[in-house]
Amino acid sequence: MVSDPLLYVENLVTSFRTEYGTVTAIDDVNFSVKAGKTLAIVGESGCGKSVTALSIMGLLPQKISSIDHGKIVYAGEDILQKSSQERQQMRGNEISMIFQEPMTALNPVYTVGQQISEVFKIHRNYSNKKARQEALRMLIEVGIPDPEKRLDEYPFQLSGGMRQRVMIAIALACEPKILIADEPTTALDVTVQAQILSLMKKLQQEHGTAIIFITHDLGVVAQVADEVVVMYAGKVIEQGDVYQIFEDPKHPYTKGLMSSLPSINDTKDKPLNTIEGNVPSLSHLPIGCRFSTRCDIANHKCVETSPHLKPMNIGHHVSCHSAHAEEA
Amino acid sequence: MLTYIIRRLLHMIPILFGVACLVFLLFTAVGEDPVRVTLGEHATPEAVELLRAKWGLDQSLPKQFLDFLGQIVTFDYGRSYNTDDRIVDMFNQGALVSLSITGPPFVIGTILNLIIAVTIAYYRGSKFDRYSTVVFVAAMSVSYLVYIIGFQYLLAFKADLFEINGYAHGLESIPFLLLPWLITIVVTAGPDIRMFRTVFLDETKSDYVRTAHAKGTSEPKILLVHIMKNAMIPILTYTVNAIPFLLLGSFVMERFFSIPGLGDMMITALNNGDFPVIKAMTMMIALAFSVFNLLTDILYAWVDPRIKLS
Repeated sequence: MVSDPLLYVENLVTSFRTEYGTVTAIDDVNFSVKAGKTLAIVGESGCGKSVTALSIMGLLPQKISSIDHGKIVYAGEDILQKSSQERQQMRGNEISMIFQEPMTALNPVYTVGQQISEVFKIHRNYSNKKARQEALRMLIEVGIPDPEKRLDEYPFQLSGGMRQRVMIAIALACEPKILIADEPTTALDVTVQAQILSLMKKLQQEHGTAIIFITHDLGVVAQVADEVVVMYAGKVIEQGDVYQIFEDPKHPYTKGLMSSLPSINDTKDKPLNTIEGNVPSLSHLPIGCRFSTRCDIANHKCVETSPHLKPMNIGHHVSCHSAHAEEA
Repeated sequence: MLTYIIRRLLHMIPILFGVACLVFLLFTAVGEDPVRVTLGEHATPEAVELLRAKWGLDQSLPKQFLDFLGQIVTFDYGRSYNTDDRIVDMFNQGALVSLSITGPPFVIGTILNLIIAVTIAYYRGSKFDRYSTVVFVAAMSVSYLVYIIGFQYLLAFKADLFEINGYAHGLESIPFLLLPWLITIVVTAGPDIRMFRTVFLDETKSDYVRTAHAKGTSEPKILLVHIMKNAMIPILTYTVNAIPFLLLGSFVMERFFSIPGLGDMMITALNNGDFPVIKAMTMMIALAFSVFNLLTDILYAWVDPRIKLS
């Protein structure tokens, strides 16, 4: 059964004005998220993962960036058409976000309790007392030990993992339908990382939250994702469910990523597989396929024309001339 | 917190002792002989001996130093060489006058500048922000003295809106103080607002501001609740550290407006080689700096839980 997507992004183009001229950070991005499912957006730094997230949140820096094209449809409405006031009311209420840096993402001069309560006061108009009770409930829900005491503590008194739990408590306070997690575990120890991931999974199951999980860590993707979008230099180059992407990657870049994962069975002195070269600068992109400069199997067609995202199997889309030629 | 304050108060002792040593050394070793300065070249040896004994200069140097330390501890700095008034009385009187010039514009100006800076920060990057920056930088680039002379000439002499100079005691002093107040407010606006604006704008780039946006907090609330409390940390340091300078800054103002405050007293003492008054003033300034530094740190702890609790 195919359920309707909770949110879909259609032909999204976001650009930034820089001193080198206008740069298109994400170009023609499409994907959708379903309730209770996790969509992972994977790619290297600068591939447009975070810009995609900020576009959905409406948190792009207004003066230097603009969404030039496309739709972001949530609950049947294009949220790009909404007023900034309406979008502000959605943030933290319908769509929430947690960030990479738990150490700095919380306000250092307010207590944990005050920061969680604020969400209830903004979106639910709760009294101070009721908001505080709810904040306490959230701390319990995200598994913070000694929650009564923690409520009156400041962020600097908490460890990184605890702060990320507080961030999750803030993000999920009003039971949003969608949670965007921008590398939420990158700054954490591996053990803490696992705890945070399982917490997110547990809360997702309890509340049916859709999660857009942004990461460059394929190990994390394998643990959390239902569907995967692979981005490269601002474009989606492959998307599909997590098994398709891990078991049967079609794009040479995705294949490269998968083969660069070390296996536990490898010997110590086996060199790691790597993808040669660097991501092209967004201001000097190749005319054809953006990956053509690093691709082993690139031919003249790849250099001259840009491929489009086309379906290979059900739900599995790839943007690669060779993969499509093979299929045909 | 109390132990912290006590520890900081104890820290002040070696600092003030160091200043006392320096002051004593400078005025005994380097300075001219005040007795000769007062009595002139042709004084009789008897007159010189008499004055020396009266001022305690016939004592041994260690004894003189101990006397000086005693004066510092008891706040009783003896009498002026020049007028024979008790220095404590002169100081108390002068301090009140100085504060009446610098205090009100400091309070009013700081509040006003804070409000203007927050407003500019709210409209950051707009035309309003850019034009106001130009205006304040231009205003800052003009010397303090130009404002004093210009305002005295235009507003007091030409337009006759204010008293040109002079002073009276009690509430009657207010007409004489209005122009110095106005000038102080105008002069501090540029640097204050620029400083406050920079602090606010630096804070808007913080991660916690992005979090607040992601929560759905409104822009005014982010500025006034989230950013304000963080911005108060550097703003407090800047503001409280400016308080001792209010005394120094008023030297010029007091001279131009013939107002008998501490600045005026200091300059008269310097002109007359009135060593006890200069020594007392120097120690009081050192003390004021130490006290206000401590005050800044206490206020810090009040706004910043990271200091309060560690």
